[in-house]
Amino acid sequence: MIIRKMLFASVAIACVAGPVSALADTSGKKIALSNNYAGNSWRQAMLTSWDKITKQAVSKKIVAAADPFTTAENQATEQAAQIQNMILQGYDAIVINAASPTALNGAVKEACNAGITVVSFDGIVTEPCAWRIAVDFKAMGESQVEYLAKKLPKGGNLLEIRGLAGVSVDDEIHAGIQAGVQKNPQFKIVGAVNGDWAQDVAQRAVAGILPSLPEITAVVTQGGDGYGAAQAFAAANRPTPTIVMGNREDELVWWKQQKDKNGYETMSVSIAPGVSTLAFWVAQQILDGKQVKKDLVVPFLRIDQGNLETNLAGTQKGGVANVEYSLEDAQKVISAAK
Amino acid sequence: MRISTSTIRLVIPAASLALLLAAVFYMQPRAMSYTGLNLLFNLAVPIALATVAQMLIMAVNDLDLSMGAFVSFCACVTATFLQASPTLGVLIFLGAIVAYAVIGVVIHVRELPSIVVTLGMSFVWGGLAVLMLPSPGGEAPGWARWLMTSRPPFVPMAIVASIVIALITHFVIMRSSVGVLIRGVGGNVRSVERAGWSVIRIRAGTYALAGFFAVLSGIALVGLTTSADANIALRYTLLSIAGVILGGGEFVGGKVSPIGAVIGALTLTLAGSFLSFMRISPDWQIGAQGAILIVVLGLRLLLNRLEKREKSR
Repeated sequence: MIIRKMLFASVAIACVAGPVSALADTSGKKIALSNNYAGNSWRQAMLTSWDKITKQAVSKKIVAAADPFTTAENQATEQAAQIQNMILQGYDAIVINAASPTALNGAVKEACNAGITVVSFDGIVTEPCAWRIAVDFKAMGESQVEYLAKKLPKGGNLLEIRGLAGVSVDDEIHAGIQAGVQKNPQFKIVGAVNGDWAQDVAQRAVAGILPSLPEITAVVTQGGDGYGAAQAFAAANRPTPTIVMGNREDELVWWKQQKDKNGYETMSVSIAPGVSTLAFWVAQQILDGKQVKKDLVVPFLRIDQGNLETNLAGTQKGGVANVEYSLEDAQKVISAAK
Repeated sequence: MRISTSTIRLVIPAASLALLLAAVFYMQPRAMSYTGLNLLFNLAVPIALATVAQMLIMAVNDLDLSMGAFVSFCACVTATFLQASPTLGVLIFLGAIVAYAVIGVVIHVRELPSIVVTLGMSFVWGGLAVLMLPSPGGEAPGWARWLMTSRPPFVPMAIVASIVIALITHFVIMRSSVGVLIRGVGGNVRSVERAGWSVIRIRAGTYALAGFFAVLSGIALVGLTTSADANIALRYTLLSIAGVILGGGEFVGGKVSPIGAVIGALTLTLAGSFLSFMRISPDWQIGAQGAILIVVLGLRLLLNRLEKREKSR
């Protein structure tokens, strides 16, 4: 009911305010980005991508403005105030990376009541009136085992490197890997360590467990831990297994070296920080009057043997492989959800 | 007629609030409406309540560093127990208020520094909050939601609530005999003791009253956000202290101003909006917020000098 009302309202506004041309319907619309944190390389890349894509969109007159705002402190109450300020500033859509999935719901509701389109991504909000662009971490974990099943049909022993204990992302990826192993019983997880998504922690943890393990055919990971695992295997003088990577620059460089040396094969998967631009286009599409499902799923950024070089070339030193989404990508995601 | 220093004490925070408000209206005329004012100030209501609670503690020369954690705890109770089984929720709140009174007694009897005790308690409250809500969630009780989103005629809820809070605490602290005793403990413990009052009781009562206002703050916060998480109000510790000081209170000497404290909380909230309307980059925002504080406190220093000169005359 609310969806219909809101769509109706946005269509009505578009009819009154927007020019006739199909693409220019949103040329008078202002979109804001509400971001709760900018303190790591992923978030910095996210903001840079937003800047790059939205500046082009503004200069092409697709939207009137797309201003990013980051709260000074990573606190839900502050972000709620920020969102309420955006309502006052008269934005037509607010794109949110939320500090808390629930604590912003009051402010989000205020925004919806004011007729504003709210799209959340990465850190999503649970308020039903908002759109969610969520990451299917479970599928990400499962895709690793599926890749291994194709590459190593005989199966074998797996070492699992998990993330930070107690964080939901870790649970979800782990559940995905377990589901994958269940479907492919030729694989067996013989050991698991916590790598905390950091190379040094992963290296220490893997080095510690290696002496007690049988031969390992492959390592399933969560990102940010593949390079450390490779170092641990090398230090222990064990044959290098197939290590699934997580798009970090050091991992890709290592993979490239091995590939050139002995034709090493693996794949790499993670979420691109450019997902902020996907959220931007989704918001633009909703403002344009398109029917969009409330729950959308972000595609992962997967790097394979073939496109390793291109992705590595585009990745900053010490950064994460990134991809910026276009309007067409967003339309694909939207139609895939229907 | 000469203006007394206590009036000047109130004039400075009120003037800074008015100035900020004028600046915000100038930059964002949309804010100059019923809805606009409500959006600007509704998140200030829980901060104002927490500031009043902090002010009570500061009135007896103590400082509560667990305010943010305690309000978070209360928010979690509101979103879980108070919503599901109101009786149990109320009982937990009563228990929490009693706990606050006990903290006051312990600080008084053992002559412990309040900063250390409350800092320790902040971990206790934080832990309890995580136990109750390991992941963000819960639901606001219908009446709390209704109260915080109600739309009284002419004046928005946020303003009405602020005025009500300011007036009630003003009468309790500045006009009642209990208030005189509380401020007396902050001003001169010995004379209150010699006059035959039980300081330990006054301190326990003050802490309990502070706990009560902090509970209200948690409920108000959940009424606005619709749900809670264990870290929802951590900022309130420093915000509440800054609010009291901004509103004309002092760290020692029982010099507090309830109306000033509420104004201080509103000013702090407005300063955040002001900076965001100014499009100041987030890297500078904390600094800019600090600059606003320093300017107001600089005015205060001037005021203190004036006061001294008046006394020596």
